[in-house]
Amino acid sequence: MGLKDFFKNRQLKKAAKLAANGNGHDLKVEPPVCDDQLCILWTKCQGCNELLYTSELKKNYSVCKHCEYHHRLTAQERIDLLADYGSFLEIDENILPGDPLNFKDLKPYTVRLKDAQKTSNSKEAIITGIGTINNQPLAIGAMEFQYIGGSMGSVVGEKIVRLTERAIEKRMPLVLVSSSGGARMHEGILSLMQMAKTASTLKKLHEEKLLYISLLTEPTFGGVTASFAMLGDILIAEPQARIGFAGRRVIEETIKQKLPKDFQTAEYLLENGQIDLVIPRQNLKNIISELIRLHFKSTKLKDEVMPFSQIPLFARI
Amino acid sequence: MKTKQEIIPLDFEKPLIALSKQISELEEKTLKNGDSKIVGDLKNQYEKVKGQIYKNLSPIERIKIARHPQRPYPLDYIQAISQTWYELHGDRTGKDDGAIVGGLIEIDGQTVMVIGTQKGRDIKENQKRNFGMPSPEGYRKALRFFYHAEKFNFPIVTFIDTPGAYPGLEAEAHNQSHAIAMNLRELAGLTVPVIAVVTGEGGSGGALALSVANRVLMLENSVYSVISAEGCAAILWRTKDKASEAASALKITAQDLYELGVIDEIIPEVEGGAHYDHKQACENVLNSIKNHLRELKELSPEELKTDRQEKFRRMGAFSSI
Ligand SMILES: [Zn+2]
Repeated sequence: MGLKDFFKNRQLKKAAKLAANGNGHDLKVEPPVCDDQLCILWTKCQGCNELLYTSELKKNYSVCKHCEYHHRLTAQERIDLLADYGSFLEIDENILPGDPLNFKDLKPYTVRLKDAQKTSNSKEAIITGIGTINNQPLAIGAMEFQYIGGSMGSVVGEKIVRLTERAIEKRMPLVLVSSSGGARMHEGILSLMQMAKTASTLKKLHEEKLLYISLLTEPTFGGVTASFAMLGDILIAEPQARIGFAGRRVIEETIKQKLPKDFQTAEYLLENGQIDLVIPRQNLKNIISELIRLHFKSTKLKDEVMPFSQIPLFARI
Repeated sequence: MKTKQEIIPLDFEKPLIALSKQISELEEKTLKNGDSKIVGDLKNQYEKVKGQIYKNLSPIERIKIARHPQRPYPLDYIQAISQTWYELHGDRTGKDDGAIVGGLIEIDGQTVMVIGTQKGRDIKENQKRNFGMPSPEGYRKALRFFYHAEKFNFPIVTFIDTPGAYPGLEAEAHNQSHAIAMNLRELAGLTVPVIAVVTGEGGSGGALALSVANRVLMLENSVYSVISAEGCAAILWRTKDKASEAASALKITAQDLYELGVIDEIIPEVEGGAHYDHKQACENVLNSIKNHLRELKELSPEELKTDRQEKFRRMGAFSSI
């Protein structure tokens, strides 16, 4: 029995006892479910196998204090990390996936989607919105790897495009945080088209001479790397993040060779001239915000009287 | 019965081969004996079986046709549709990828920049062409051709027949992803007409990197997919044996993609596939290209660009509440 089950059982027993004593009238119909954060007291570091207090790990941006392994963040944690507290306003949260191909592998795509929504507690594989970073406006999107491997289907493409269009309209910098296995096979060719769709809208942003910072995190692969993720004016990766086009196994099978250990790591990409910076998580917010400041110095909007951070949330979008 | 000995039959064509062999054997005999009724019956049956096989091709069978080693390749089309052909080479930074070919041709008196992925016909040529799988340098070579066409206001026609971008160590070290991504973005911004023709395999991002076009055309038996059927089966079904199921589920045939609104036209092939008649295939492709070039000529440079951007802006299926 795991720690989580232990707590859950204890809560259930307590509820049963209360109900038996006639004090259960205010209990909800559903059994109380144990809160994940509370139950999982310990986390095993994926880098060095050290046991860490979960609460301390979270306080340290999910970076191991022993080996500095950067554990994966959820999309919401990523937004919380980068956007100023309380400034983020989600947009397009109600764009939902369809099943254009009636796709079925070992289980139907529709079932997979429902499962993904449950396990990731997210409607799709990306959250987008606008907010501020150290009091400067930004349009930001963060991918949710727990949702079918952060794969890009129609919804991810549409949300990125709408966010980019918002950035153009409001003349804001764009920050996209990717974490993805690539295009979503279950939507077939339409997923592939999202590569063209996102890149095509980024062309407009590029022509508008607006800044786009792409943050590549563990892991970013396939159609996501080969489209919007590589198109940033500035490319930043987190330490040790694995980034590439084809997966290690596919390459090893093709070339019949073992690949070096550091192959496709952020550091390897930096050495091969593919990215600008590798930045530890605790410094990300300040460095991104500085880069935005440097690029937006000359293009401040003249007619914007009120500083962006003072515009009420509802008026920003 | 005239059989083309030089065509290598595919596994699902075996019944036809058996029948036609039977027929030619009988024909030899009847020449001596004079009884031709049984031959006539067999010929009828041959036509029936042929109809059944070719009218109901499954997606996996179309993949086999698309990969047929005798199928016309981009260079075959290029050299057939224009008397003029000046091949250009190199990415200007150190490599000339043989998997990407490109250069200048003429269509209706108009100079056209043509770019294609190219497979080899034999082992030696495939060393140079890498089985039609381009490297990042290949995509950068193509990008240089895009810029060249833009500068001199030449329409661009691309031919696509590739298993995909090459998955290799050097390809990653030289940034395959960035090379593809740049082509997607830069194609989206061009102000000249861009027409893409998928002639064989449209292998995922490696194909898309030449296909952000105003018009995307596909030959009847070509395929275009986010992942190879084998790759998809290995991941989702956990066995490559389910490639046939994956091929159906992924919706990769020209007809499927036309219905999904991803492509604009299906170019017909002769029964059995383009490899049975190269001349006819090239003629059909040229006619279709000419029609689309004529239509796109009506658009201004700015309209050509927005047409392309809006086309891809519309791609996707989702619901919004
Ligand atoms: Zn550790």
